[in-house]
Amino acid sequence: MVAPQLNVNFAGVRFKTPVVAASGTFGFGREYGELFDLSRLGGICVKGLTVKERHGNPPPRIAETPMGILNSVGLQNPGADVFIEKELPFLRRYDTTIIANISGNTVEEYCELAEKLSEARVDMLEVNISCPNVKAGGLAFGTTAKSAALVTEAVKKHSSVPVMVKLSPNVTDITEIARAAEGAGADALSLINTLLGMRIDIETRRPVLKNNTGGLSGPAIFPVALRMVWQVSAAVKIPIMGMGGISKAEDAVEMLLAGASLVCVGTALFSDPLAALRITEGIGAYLERKRLDSVSQLTGKVQPYQL
Amino acid sequence: MPELCLGRVADNKKLTETVRALTVEAEAIARRAAPGQFVHIRCGAENLLRRPISICDVSGGAVTLVVEARGAGTDWLARREPEDVLDILGPLGNGFDTGGRRILLVGGGIGVPPLLYAAKKAAGVKRAILGFQTEHRILLEEEFKNACDEVFITTDDGSAGEQGHVTAPLKRLLDRGAADAVLACGPRPMLRAVYELASQYGVPCQVSMEERMGCGIGACLVCACQTRENGQLHMRHVCKDGPVFRGEAVVW
Ligand SMILES: Cc1cc2nc3c(=O)[nH]c(=O)nc-3n(C[C@H](O)[C@H](O)[C@H](O)COP(=O)(O)OP(=O)(O)OC[C@H]3O[C@@H](n4cnc5c(N)ncnc54)[C@H](O)[C@@H]3O)c2cc1C
Ligand SMILES: Cc1cc2nc3c(=O)[nH]c(=O)nc-3n(C[C@H](O)[C@H](O)[C@H](O)COP(=O)(O)O)c2cc1C
Ligand code: FES
Repeated sequence: MVAPQLNVNFAGVRFKTPVVAASGTFGFGREYGELFDLSRLGGICVKGLTVKERHGNPPPRIAETPMGILNSVGLQNPGADVFIEKELPFLRRYDTTIIANISGNTVEEYCELAEKLSEARVDMLEVNISCPNVKAGGLAFGTTAKSAALVTEAVKKHSSVPVMVKLSPNVTDITEIARAAEGAGADALSLINTLLGMRIDIETRRPVLKNNTGGLSGPAIFPVALRMVWQVSAAVKIPIMGMGGISKAEDAVEMLLAGASLVCVGTALFSDPLAALRITEGIGAYLERKRLDSVSQLTGKVQPYQL
Repeated sequence: MPELCLGRVADNKKLTETVRALTVEAEAIARRAAPGQFVHIRCGAENLLRRPISICDVSGGAVTLVVEARGAGTDWLARREPEDVLDILGPLGNGFDTGGRRILLVGGGIGVPPLLYAAKKAAGVKRAILGFQTEHRILLEEEFKNACDEVFITTDDGSAGEQGHVTAPLKRLLDRGAADAVLACGPRPMLRAVYELASQYGVPCQVSMEERMGCGIGACLVCACQTRENGQLHMRHVCKDGPVFRGEAVVW
């Protein structure tokens, strides 16, 4: 039998494998690039970019939770111009798909970012309307269908590359936001961003995070993420990049079966920097075992019980 | 360049009631390790994040790690036995500059271990001031005596050495003009006091900072440390830009 096909056509963009590094956990690739060949990744979602440099929130910015972490980085990044000048040329040396993750305080900022980055020829945009760690922007745009549609539509007008909208789980009905983004022209969706959470040090009676609250990620959120991808995939026609707590190949296969075409791996990299590669190999092995010739044959193939 | 490797535990020695010295065979890490650098260790499946531990010493293809059991992760680590295998990432970060004619090492508690390898690597006259809570918590006294020209011990309760903080002997040595460089590791309030004192004497001071970590390599940006360099504020990262910073760069 020939080796199964791992490549995916996602909203017209080619990914050589279905496994992508999650935004914010992978920087601009340089550090992990010292540990493995970045060309072995399907793609890289770079750290969230803003128009101007941001220093982020004061530390501590991370707290461990049962099988998860809370982070409150607060979108620290050098700004889109520095990314384009200093980081993108480095990433371009690798044979992998580059996705720019963008955040704005206003719709105009999202548009400016979309214009600059698509001109710089990133392969795709991931519009972050779901960051729980910044005061203005971010999540403010992701919690109502109306504002999600507004941002999506504006970004689409200013972008010459496919646009994916990243959804927040911190909403009552995620399918409503998903439909709104699709209706406004989104080419794809990614979900989920982190769930808002908190921890308190009982000795000092202070929150562990200096920002008081932070975003929960890691295996603890996997079942929630899976459920949301499943619901959203039933609600929209555009493809989905699924993420949230994926730490092994079996998780990734579940996510694909639930309706994702690609998966992102984030927090799992902290315990195993090679997690994305191991997951890729494991997906291949699963396909062989099931005698399937392409990873695309898994997408949405869960057979739910009829209630 | 950091290496990801599986290191075999060769020895686990009890230093105090809560502190163990682990010798781990990890050739790729030992070969590259510099004083003040650290490793990021996986502490069993039940702890999601790795734990940062300083390199205390290097000999042959092995590194010595001195671990104080404080919580779930370090407790797991302290209980490793010979032949156990550890998943280690390292060496990581920027260590100490051990240049200078007369070096003064100042350590507090579990901040003492990384200074040992610095003492061994430094070429000049070496003095160490090591502070602990009480006598039975003293770490590595013999090792420092072998590596340094002079060693001063302080304890908070006076049960051994001089009673009080490391700053008292530090001030006396600085008064004597006995140091061209101060290298410090310990709790943040101690680091700040040591840096402020050294700077009054115009002696450059390097401090090894602690912060909670995720990736340990500079990608996730959680281990932030604010610095002021050439009048400009920056958000640096303890795992990559540090853990050792110039005292005057840190925004205390
Ligand atoms: C650069 C560096 C070098 C270090 N070197 C040593 C060493 O040589 N020997 C030693 O015993 N300890 C050292 N520490 C401290 C050690 O990393 C913490 O004691 C350890 O992470 C605590 O984990 P835990 O599971 O036992 O405790 P818990 O409190 O249960 O840990 C919960 C979470 O908080 C983090 N955390 C808690 N305390 C600290 C801390 N002080 N610094 C950073 N993260 C923390 C943990 O990593 C974990 O993610 C070092 C820390 C840093 C940053
Ligand atoms: C430290 C950290 C920083 C993050 N930064 C961003 C970011 O800048 N932009 C973004 O869209 N998502 C960000 N995320 C969210 C992740 O991309 C991902 O959606 C989430 O962590 C769930 O996946 P995981 O459980 O595999 O980590 C961040 C997550 C972490 C842990
Ligand atoms: S721990 Fe990830 S950047 Fe320092």
